[in-house]
Amino acid sequence: MNALDELVVMLTDPFMQRALIAAVLVGVTAPVMGTYLVQRKLSLLGDGIGHVALTGVALGWLVGGAMGVVPDDALAIPGAVVAAVIGSVVIEIVRERGRTSGDVALALMFYGGIAGGVLLIGVAGGSSGNLMQYLFGSISSVSPTDLWLTLVLGVLILAVGMGLRAALFAVSYDEEFARASGLPVRALNIAIAVIAALTVTVAMRVVGLLLVSALMIVPVAIAQLVTISFRRTMALAMVIGVVVCVVGLSITYWQTLSPGATIVVLAIALYAVVAVLRPVLVRRRPRTAHDPHPDIPDDVHVEGGERCSA
Amino acid sequence: MSTQPQPAPAIEARGVHVRLGSSDILRGVDLTVQRGEVVALLGANGSGKSTLVRSLVGIVPLAAGHVRLLGSALGPQVPWAQLGYVPQRVSAQTGVPSTAEEVVASGLLHGRRVRLPRGWRATAREALDRVGLADRAQSAVHELSGGQQQRVLIARALARSPELLILDEPVAGVDQPSQEAFAATLAELTRGGMTVLVVLHELGALAPLIQRCVVLRHGLVVHDGEPPHATAAHAGPDHEHLHPHDSQQGLSTGIDMGLTDAPLTRHAPAPTRTDRGAAS
Repeated sequence: MNALDELVVMLTDPFMQRALIAAVLVGVTAPVMGTYLVQRKLSLLGDGIGHVALTGVALGWLVGGAMGVVPDDALAIPGAVVAAVIGSVVIEIVRERGRTSGDVALALMFYGGIAGGVLLIGVAGGSSGNLMQYLFGSISSVSPTDLWLTLVLGVLILAVGMGLRAALFAVSYDEEFARASGLPVRALNIAIAVIAALTVTVAMRVVGLLLVSALMIVPVAIAQLVTISFRRTMALAMVIGVVVCVVGLSITYWQTLSPGATIVVLAIALYAVVAVLRPVLVRRRPRTAHDPHPDIPDDVHVEGGERCSA
Repeated sequence: MSTQPQPAPAIEARGVHVRLGSSDILRGVDLTVQRGEVVALLGANGSGKSTLVRSLVGIVPLAAGHVRLLGSALGPQVPWAQLGYVPQRVSAQTGVPSTAEEVVASGLLHGRRVRLPRGWRATAREALDRVGLADRAQSAVHELSGGQQQRVLIARALARSPELLILDEPVAGVDQPSQEAFAATLAELTRGGMTVLVVLHELGALAPLIQRCVVLRHGLVVHDGEPPHATAAHAGPDHEHLHPHDSQQGLSTGIDMGLTDAPLTRHAPAPTRTDRGAAS
């Protein structure tokens, strides 16, 4: 059997078809929100939301069990969506109140989320082993229902993330200026937080909650090595996201590897390659005689030394 | 420029009180800027001048007092499209690279307008052209010099063609060509009747444009009136460059560019160069 036949077999496998569609959706949506998060230096927000989502998974499990829902994890994803959205809004409110406590708040959510998830899954009569598929992804078990949910959320993420790009960029680039422009800053911030939370839950099935953030951030990190514009960084990151998701997933069709881990390792390897090749790739931009130091007129600063220390 | 009797002042602040933590940064500041006026806000570091403009545009919440911008109480009903704010440049680089054009285009969003209007690219280019950076539209902002970055921020405020421009230390730490470009841009704008409130450390290059000075000290207004030296007479559009100081750039634009060099120290004996008195 040659490579082409192998490919045909892979593409006709219904499990693989669903997995590939999910991978494409995640690959294209995760970097969209990742671009905003990198812009606002909240690269780890996705991680924090992911941890909180774990509590949601367990809570969904618990509620599903109590209600006697047939597959006991049917409410796991809705639970994750709810918990992630609430968690992201709380993080956003804490961030708005003051940056100093934001760091601690994020840490509290990280550990509270994980611990809550493990505790609740025990209460629900499961073991922490049940959480593994959410922690590390289970793309091969994507059901048609999961796929529809992923599709709907993916479209929503793209509609908001790209439709409001100018406003989300404005608020991410310079929040104070956005405020001084009368823009609805809080609403936009919460939109970013909520959409990031939805992205986390969408990506959860593919790479798992522990690696979600990587899929949001690493493609952006790769893209910005070679781009100089926000728009192109986002576009390139989306392309990279799709490529690493599809290639990584395909590799695991033939090799028994964890799809999530393979995708992330692939992305990081790509980052390393691009970082090494960067001087070649960005050669087109000549570094002209461009003094990066501010040319501060001396006479403003030396008089009597009165403002030197100011 | 004469101040026409307009129904509402461009800026009307009454009893502005700002508290950050446990310290009172502003302790009851009154400030009125009529339409068409060019007002400098001076004061030493920590006197509260930055905080005042930041509270005027809604960045810093007021503990007491009220602010009206262009006739409307601070809030969603302010005609934000007519207000341009230029923050103090922060050298902090954001994570994702952005072009000057993208940053300037974000100035086209205001109030309920959260999507870019048609033709935003041309408008952004126009604004960049006004600060002399038309050729830098596609450059990454973080690769520009500090002065050029400051000009990008000014272009962002100008993109929406505001009536009222509020600037926070626009020439602090700015390179020479950018200072000149800024002085020329501001002269042109004020000739067109724009209202300007500018926070300055010293009048320096902008002295000929300033009609009135407000000086803050310890969060209170301690002076509000004529600049304490003969600059008011120089604010007219037909003002010719007549001062006997460094003139190496003075003739290049026809605007009072010689002042850009801020030769306060070298010309200490000149009786009119007492800007420092206002700044301290």
